[in-house]
Amino acid sequence: MRPFAFKRPAGAEAAVKLVAANKDARFIAGGTNLIDLMKEGIDRPNELVDISRVSLNLIRSLGGNGVSIGALAKNTETANHPLIRKDYPMLSQAILSGASPQIRNMATNGGNLMQRTRCAYFYDLGTPCNKRQPGSGCGAKDGLNRYSAIFGWSDSCVAVHPSDMCVALAALDATVRIRTVAGGERKIIFTAFHRLPGDLPELDNNLSHGEMIVSIDIPKNNFAANSYYLKIRDRSSYAFALVSVAAGLEIDKGVIKQARIALGGVAHKPWRADEAERFLEGKRAEAATFQQAAELALRGAKPLSENGYKVKLTQRAIARALRRAANV
Amino acid sequence: MMQDDLKRQPSRVDGRAKVTGKATYIAEFRFPDLAYGYLVQSTIARGTIRDIDTAEAEKQPGVVKILTHKNAPRLANPQADEDFGEKSRPFFALMTDRVLFSGQPVAVVIADTFEQARYAASLMKVSYAEEKPSTDIRDVMDKGFAAGRPRPVRGTPDEAFAAAEVKVEAEYTIPIEHHNAMEPHATVANWDGDRLTVYDKTQGVTGVRNYLATNFGIDREKITVLSPFVGGAFGASLRPTPNTLLAVMAARETKRPVKIVYSRRQLATAHGYRPASIQKIKIGADKAGKLNSIIHEAVHNTSSHEDFAEDLVGISRTLYACPNVRTDAKITRTDLQTPLWMRAPGTVSGAFALESALDELAYKLKIDPLELRLINYAETDPDTGRPFSSKELRECYRQGAERFGWKNRKPEPRSMRDGRFMVGWGLATGTWGAFLAPSSARVTLKADGTALVESGTTDIGPGTYTTISLIAARQLGLPLEKVTFKLGDSNLPSAPSQGGSITTASVGTAVQECAQIVQKDLMATESKREASPFSGVPFENIEFVDGSARIKGRPETSMTIGEILSRNGLPEVSATHTTRPDFGERAKYATASHGAQFVEVKVDEEIGIVRVTRVVQATAAGRIINPKGAHSQEMGGVVWGIGMALMEHTEIDHRIGRIMNPNLAGYHVPVNADIGAIETIFVPEEDTIVNPLGAKGLGELGLVGIPAGIANAVYHATGIRVRDLPITPDKLAG
Repeated sequence: MRPFAFKRPAGAEAAVKLVAANKDARFIAGGTNLIDLMKEGIDRPNELVDISRVSLNLIRSLGGNGVSIGALAKNTETANHPLIRKDYPMLSQAILSGASPQIRNMATNGGNLMQRTRCAYFYDLGTPCNKRQPGSGCGAKDGLNRYSAIFGWSDSCVAVHPSDMCVALAALDATVRIRTVAGGERKIIFTAFHRLPGDLPELDNNLSHGEMIVSIDIPKNNFAANSYYLKIRDRSSYAFALVSVAAGLEIDKGVIKQARIALGGVAHKPWRADEAERFLEGKRAEAATFQQAAELALRGAKPLSENGYKVKLTQRAIARALRRAANV
Repeated sequence: MMQDDLKRQPSRVDGRAKVTGKATYIAEFRFPDLAYGYLVQSTIARGTIRDIDTAEAEKQPGVVKILTHKNAPRLANPQADEDFGEKSRPFFALMTDRVLFSGQPVAVVIADTFEQARYAASLMKVSYAEEKPSTDIRDVMDKGFAAGRPRPVRGTPDEAFAAAEVKVEAEYTIPIEHHNAMEPHATVANWDGDRLTVYDKTQGVTGVRNYLATNFGIDREKITVLSPFVGGAFGASLRPTPNTLLAVMAARETKRPVKIVYSRRQLATAHGYRPASIQKIKIGADKAGKLNSIIHEAVHNTSSHEDFAEDLVGISRTLYACPNVRTDAKITRTDLQTPLWMRAPGTVSGAFALESALDELAYKLKIDPLELRLINYAETDPDTGRPFSSKELRECYRQGAERFGWKNRKPEPRSMRDGRFMVGWGLATGTWGAFLAPSSARVTLKADGTALVESGTTDIGPGTYTTISLIAARQLGLPLEKVTFKLGDSNLPSAPSQGGSITTASVGTAVQECAQIVQKDLMATESKREASPFSGVPFENIEFVDGSARIKGRPETSMTIGEILSRNGLPEVSATHTTRPDFGERAKYATASHGAQFVEVKVDEEIGIVRVTRVVQATAAGRIINPKGAHSQEMGGVVWGIGMALMEHTEIDHRIGRIMNPNLAGYHVPVNADIGAIETIFVPEEDTIVNPLGAKGLGELGLVGIPAGIANAVYHATGIRVRDLPITPDKLAG
């Protein structure tokens, strides 16, 4: 085991100070991903700052403005919370389709956003990976890339973000509230929280070192009645998505007023299908329209050597998710 | 089998120990002053180690010693555990600077704690002269060479195929698959002077003892190998893995007991795997469905250093009556670890090809797949002409079809639906040889009315503790709880390694015969006692019931075993016995178990998801000794088959010859949610020839037909014939 210091400061402020002061320090809460990364020698922090007892675990209504879910609320609790089940069932479905009950019981919401790709090359020290070791090359781009991205990848990285929860949050236009190193607060719109790999694949997101996620706030919307999270995977449980779709529709007298489509398993971040959303708005909620939207969403997809199947499968998944959301 | 029937059956005798944590697995054993070894594995697949820099690692606190090929003591007499032919050069860890596969152990770091050893191991710097590896069977399939002795051609298969009225010709591929047992491979080795005690995860304690004795040049008598509980093996522990030799070596070098446990990631190359295979099948038939030719050609990969071969094509010689048959088996070398037997080795791979091809033929003929199998039913072994010692396969088909409702199947593909799901019904046949190997056992009857049964076999999960206890209890006329069965100790009377589904038949026969010898010895003594009611009574007229002996039909003569022992002044009576199976009589027959597997899938076609919703597994395997264990075995075979058919796949980056999914998140085995209803049927067979117990093996059989049955059901549901396992969503909807 690599030696490391373990600290449990009294509150968020002290925790942020500790991590900010040491570039090799990490926050730890549920630890469901970080511990694995440390065991494999992929992440090698010399200091862990335990924030699991910091009181950021509330899930509360923002009055008429939606809901705020604490960064340290557990995934299980979030998925089963009455506010989430009632107003954001898609989020509940997404969380429950991820990992296993044991992992969801440990995993926190903030940690879910911070989890790292499961690309096999990232996890194997015996192979090149620009995300793990910048400049070493991308093993997956011309290697095993059945699970890899079809959107937004770069020559340096083709990894996908593993989260299901984040796909729903992207569709729901959530905002990430962050405690800054200076002690203030800032907000990042969810779709801008995670990054595309570009030339800096080692950066998963736009959080600065030492910054702490406080909560994820989801605005009020009218998608609850017509939303669906569809996940396609190699087995029925405990597998990452080949592709997943979070679909939300606001339908009035058969006409789509608003649409949200976010995709998982296709990019380095949850991928919003903006063009398809705009296409749907004002149209009748029917299967043929959904099919067109699905095709539109996949325009510009750039499959790799082994993941060409994702283009058609994602199209089918989008069409299915929209139909399920609209009950048609 | 129905739940209510099963409830009345005895449960595992070791079940309580297992669920309460009292059953101790290898990595849990300790000795005082134990040191921990951690392996360093190669990151290249082929080449030579240039240098290993241990300096940084050696400086770390707690590090006791680091063994590499540079300082590891040479083995006294390097000799493999298996003979794979004269060209094979067995691999011994740390005995060479050559790298034969990625993940090969190149060093072992020994430290006071596991954490210290692992950390120091991460600081080792190994440099290589790297050569380009070849690990893709597609690249080397044309370099295949014959494996084993060529088998005779039956009739004129090529001519018959050319002239056949209806033909199927297809190629089937199966990727490398790994056993992924729950328990990792582990060894704890302790030297006490020149005596060696080794706790080792193995399917054969005798084999490991002999292997260590040979390679270290020490007497077998000085070695004890123990393996009391095994957390799944499926073939992965049929050969000693590097941890065994290295722990013993490290313990000798450090003069401390040493434990080595493989990590999950490391396990992918600790041992072999089901080899990747490419099979070409040609089947010809007449319009009535009578087969006139089968040509089955298979090639699978082996390592660069050992010519491992398993029998994929044998099933095509024996499963159906066919006058013209040619099989051709080849292996081809790759820069990977040597393959290894994995549940139903060879046969399940061959069955996927043969039983898929037969299904394809059924559609071409427009004959029901079950009818086609009955038309070509082999009444005698087509390969040898010998009669079967027993074969109730026809009854398996009948009962299985009835339970499944096969007659309601619509013949056309894509003709059955359930809402948005396409429904498919498929079937396949399974078979596995009923083998028998010499075995030894000791049975001791004690004054307190209990029996101790001992044999150096293992229980890798099938329930051997229970099954052998049941055999002894029934023979001795004792309640099950009065029988204790000890196994997993090389000092016990020796038994064959637990593989090939031979244990119940082989060890069970030894125990049953030995128990009878003890009974005879006891009653011979008793009958000589003055005033014994058994004086002059032939043994055949004595029965053993509820812990007592009595003359048949005369319950008043009943005397407990304890009473008999005490009246004769004996503390106990014991015998050791070794079976010498009568191969002379058996050899006149073909001996095999059979099964018919009926599978329902529901396919969510739009997104390519296959659910195996229902399986009826009908089995004919002689006498069923442990019904609950048998049910579990056959259910387990279905679950394994679902994994093989739908998800299991060892992914290799062939550019670097490296396994890229060496963990249970990346290598998918079925989860509970993947499993639908599984029903088992056991068709009894009276078989006095196969062995005195009349029992045949079950462990492999239940898997053999399942992958083909699922693929056939998927075709029936969708009209898509997947000939390349596994059947993942991308193959149906991509």
